[in-house]
Amino acid sequence: MGKIEDLEVINGEGYQLTTLDKAVALARSNSVWPLPFATSCCGIEFMATMGSMYDLSRFGMERMSFTPRQSDLLIVAGTISKKLGPVLQKVYEQMAEPKWVLSVGACASSGGIFDTYSVLQGIDRIIPVDVYVPGCPPRPEQIIDGVMNIHRLVKHESMRRRYSQEYRHLLSEYKIEVTNAENDK
Amino acid sequence: MQKMTNSELSQAIYALFGERIALSEELYDTLVIEVAPKDAYEIIEQLKQDPALSFNFLTLLGGVHYPEMEGRELCVVYHLHSWKNALRLRVKAYLPAEQPSIKSVTSLFETANWMERETYDFFGINFEGHPNLTRILNMDEMDYHPMLKQHPLEDATREDKDDRFFGR
Repeated sequence: MGKIEDLEVINGEGYQLTTLDKAVALARSNSVWPLPFATSCCGIEFMATMGSMYDLSRFGMERMSFTPRQSDLLIVAGTISKKLGPVLQKVYEQMAEPKWVLSVGACASSGGIFDTYSVLQGIDRIIPVDVYVPGCPPRPEQIIDGVMNIHRLVKHESMRRRYSQEYRHLLSEYKIEVTNAENDK
Repeated sequence: MQKMTNSELSQAIYALFGERIALSEELYDTLVIEVAPKDAYEIIEQLKQDPALSFNFLTLLGGVHYPEMEGRELCVVYHLHSWKNALRLRVKAYLPAEQPSIKSVTSLFETANWMERETYDFFGINFEGHPNLTRILNMDEMDYHPMLKQHPLEDATREDKDDRFFGR
């Protein structure tokens, strides 16, 4: 976690060089501000993950952000009904780039046992998901594992990825407007 | 206070409404009466206002779909409660599947507002005179009434279920 040895560095006498990309990614990956979007029992497991026993703040995630505008990671934990779908998409749209999504549990990932007319069959139908955590509900260790996989993604993401054509294409598939469109390179 | 029994209640109801009660029976210790849909509002109003019966509380209002009963496929069920007599009563009114329509009881019981919206949402029953008969639980874009039995319960868009593993 966050060791400078993980990066490609040039060591000299009294200094250490790396690329800005990697330094920024390292900083980002260890200061992720999550937004918990918890609707059911997965949310209870997530609360345990935040609590002192499992202590998610060990990973630089002390601050839960309850506004999407100040958060980097959307943690969707629980069943999302079709009526709630547009709300979740709006929350995702309000987050500033760069942003990541962690889908916690069977319901958020695939609809789970709720194969019924009223439940969204996986949040990846309305927003792009970076990491899926299986389980019904998953144990806190699994949620921590999912979060650490998010950290890995963040640490290896290029600074330009969010401006890329591929990323814009991905969001257009979800009919989500791309912010920073004028910076497109 | 002398507690009223179901048989006393049954006699009182027959004395009040006579022929307009199509059927009455006792199920699970509760008296159930069936009325014609056009009479339902008036009978519930009288049950509420009658000083001896005083069914002053609407516990529940809901719908049932019986696709095999031709001409009376849909049923609206009212669960009434008399606090004075500590007695419950179920009132049923059957409607045809084509244009199911019944008078709203929102003017008698405010609580019927959301319950009638729910019954409309799931069964498509039209409550005449309801102040705002729109969907309440399902998403607004839904274009059918999901508790009608001709519609599948499962989500049609789910891809990861193989019918062979579910005995279909």
